[in-house]
Amino acid sequence: MATVGLESKTFEKFADVVGHDDDLNYLNHDHSVLSWLFTLDHKRIGLLYLVTITLMFLLGGALAGAIRLELLTPKGDFLTADTYNKAFTAHGIIMLFFFLIPSIPAVLGNFLVPLMIGAKDVAFPRLNLFSYYLYFAGSVIALTALLLGGVDTGWTFYTPFSSTYSNSYVIVMAVGLFVVGFSSILTGLNFIITVHRMRCPGLTWFRLPLFIWGIYATSVVQLLGTPVIAVTLGLLGVERTLGVGIFDPRLGGDPILFQHLFWFYSHPAVYIMILPSLGVTSEVIATFSRKNVFGYHIIAFSSIAIAVFGFIVWAHHMFTTGISPYAAMVFSLLTFSVAIPSGIKVFSWLATMYGGSISFGTPMIYAFGFLGLFTIGGMTGLFLSTLGTDIHLHDTYFIVAHFHYIMVGGAIMGYMAAIHYWWPKMTGRLYSEFWGKLSAGITFIGFNFTFFPQFILGYLGMPRRYYEYPDEFQVLNVFSTAGATILAVGYLMPLVYMPYSFFFGEKANSNPYGGSTLEWTNTTSPPSPHNFEKTPVVTEEPYHYHAKEAAVVSH
Amino acid sequence: MFEEFKWLPDQASTVAPEVDMLMLFIVVVTVFITALVTVLTLGFAVAFRRKSESYIPAPWFGCIPLEIGWTLIPVGICLVMFSWGVKVYSNIVIPPADAMEIYAVGRQWMWKIQHPEGQREINALHVPIGRPVKVTLTSEDVIHCFSIPAFRVKQDVVPGRYSSLWFQATKAGTYQLFCSEYCGTEHSRMIGKVIVMEEADYQKWLSEGAESGQALQGRKLYTKLQCVTCHTGNAEAKAPNLEGIYRKHIPISHIDGVKIKDGTKVFADDSYIRESILYPNAKVAAGWESIMPTYQGLVTEEELLQVIAYIKALNQGQTPPRTEETPTPATIQNKNPNKEVN
Repeated sequence: MATVGLESKTFEKFADVVGHDDDLNYLNHDHSVLSWLFTLDHKRIGLLYLVTITLMFLLGGALAGAIRLELLTPKGDFLTADTYNKAFTAHGIIMLFFFLIPSIPAVLGNFLVPLMIGAKDVAFPRLNLFSYYLYFAGSVIALTALLLGGVDTGWTFYTPFSSTYSNSYVIVMAVGLFVVGFSSILTGLNFIITVHRMRCPGLTWFRLPLFIWGIYATSVVQLLGTPVIAVTLGLLGVERTLGVGIFDPRLGGDPILFQHLFWFYSHPAVYIMILPSLGVTSEVIATFSRKNVFGYHIIAFSSIAIAVFGFIVWAHHMFTTGISPYAAMVFSLLTFSVAIPSGIKVFSWLATMYGGSISFGTPMIYAFGFLGLFTIGGMTGLFLSTLGTDIHLHDTYFIVAHFHYIMVGGAIMGYMAAIHYWWPKMTGRLYSEFWGKLSAGITFIGFNFTFFPQFILGYLGMPRRYYEYPDEFQVLNVFSTAGATILAVGYLMPLVYMPYSFFFGEKANSNPYGGSTLEWTNTTSPPSPHNFEKTPVVTEEPYHYHAKEAAVVSH
Repeated sequence: MFEEFKWLPDQASTVAPEVDMLMLFIVVVTVFITALVTVLTLGFAVAFRRKSESYIPAPWFGCIPLEIGWTLIPVGICLVMFSWGVKVYSNIVIPPADAMEIYAVGRQWMWKIQHPEGQREINALHVPIGRPVKVTLTSEDVIHCFSIPAFRVKQDVVPGRYSSLWFQATKAGTYQLFCSEYCGTEHSRMIGKVIVMEEADYQKWLSEGAESGQALQGRKLYTKLQCVTCHTGNAEAKAPNLEGIYRKHIPISHIDGVKIKDGTKVFADDSYIRESILYPNAKVAAGWESIMPTYQGLVTEEELLQVIAYIKALNQGQTPPRTEETPTPATIQNKNPNKEVN
């Protein structure tokens, strides 16, 4: 088998292509169930997350299917109104808190942060396992809430509906989210300290791969933002159970206060979902263009800028609540500030591709998909930062389409790119490029088919969270439901060919895509339990393809 | 299914064309940028596809003019959108001073509307063409949202406070009125119609089957709820005279029982009057003791709107005399929950 490796003059390398097939690695050094359940190895914990969040994704996806099926016709005929309301609530909660937020950080962050910075593990391996079990416990509590009868408040839990009027299992769900929130906080804390304290010799801040910058910015948001939602849910619980007036005006509370607190976390939470995908895209584009990332420092800083700006734009979710018009103007202006670093990233990626040597592996196809959907998602955000148009579009399907473009189009495309890119490293196997590219293509087409019509629906005025709707909206809803079936095929395909590859795929060498970061150049595929044979020493910036002689390596 | 379909929403208010023009501008700009990114991505992918496995491209670390360009040009575009957006937004949120006023109360799951002339309707709002209309909104239970897509206006309806929106209809017809803030089981059935009529038709509609005017209903409540016992408007008064106070700046002495700086004033709008009825202790008029009982639970949101409409219309010397049908408010005095304020 001939493949491209890079002769490294940089790292203290020990082979052109590291390792051999029969090496002991983190997957096969111990096969017992207990060795998985009590593992302190960040790589195994990453895989535990992968399995668990995939199950949650399937559940959230099934609920999305039920929602789209109901919306095929204007009348309520498939579900009852209450079941529909519980379905979209559960869809939102599961997809956001139990899939998107832990997706890249918990699965790939865990697997990659130590590998990419030349460390043996994260700073606190036991805390890391504890975070996983917190996530698991939170999931069990949330699923219990669903099995008991579900929650009908919407994932936003707006008061006083959630605190006084809803007759569903709000408290149980809030406890589940409270617990899973701590998983997120502790994971963020662990990564921040790992990146600060455990970089290998020579790996200065500006030699870090951009994925690490993305995960670092994400971790800061997780650490600073999540406590606010925990406290907010706690206050909601106190009002609901003890009748202490905090949000319900009948008890002397303020319902808008809840929205401020809720969005103070939940807006930055969007950046928890998207920042890691931005980091992944930088890695994938560099590797598949075989070129350094254009404007490395600016891209690194723009991740930090997005994380910081993310904390000062929350009230743009509240332009129609009757907040002061002056506050609305300030928040509108601040919201535009997020557009600038996002735009810089997109243009810098284009400049990275310019003059490159671009190959079209499955991860790159997913990254192209990401670029397209993230651009549309970002552009439609401008309609919502602009006050004059937001009033009309707020709480309509335009919003639904916009955030799905960012969080499903953007974040999940990035996640899929990442899973495909690092799969050979995680499993030591290659998947079928044919099925991989086909699934990326189907996902992209199905996604646009599903969500683009919703922009028009929103402009026509269809409110979100409607179980029944006026007849004039049916045509576009039929389009959207039809698209969702295509999208489902795109998402389900990897669930077949990836497990197949895990057991029967062709063996991968240590660096099948010609990546330039430590996990490719200095470890085997899959890595050994302790990651590196020898602590790597880094002497230059990442993505220095031009400093190396390409060599065709056979083995 | 296809016959009702349309690509563009009705455009039936004065602000609708402004919103649509701004919308069109953003569509043009964003489609251009998206097309640019798409063409460059695909173009680069083809032009710079890998031709040789051994080729390592030359590095490109940065290009200051290019980077300044793709930072400053978007900043400029954003500032244009922001400013234009603020201009349109001002027109959406600031009602003209001469707007006629209508009141709407949202509850799970219906809209109850009162016209000053006394007409009341449910899930329907009749308005005349060509006159600015301000709708004052509140909710009896959870948060709702009063949304009329054909007018491009939308305002959340929050319990415990008043919010408002305004519009001036430009085209006769029937338009959708949606609740667009999720409010529970039948959220999607909290739909009404806005019927825009010619002025003459509207006047005709108003005169048909109207009960007595909203302010008159309020006048009855003013005596029935014992307001008149203390707010007598004469020398025996135990409470401030309410004649002509609407939209005046009133000096106050205490906020929530705490003495505040002399000369502090509060603007006596709908929200202040509502607050003073439900939480008399919240902002106490200077020179008066806080002896008023709360009316929480004794008056509905609709009745509150009627009392406010009455106080609004109450001019100098118009406070009604207390009559025998309105005995001393013993019941209310007994359950006075207010603590003595120092």
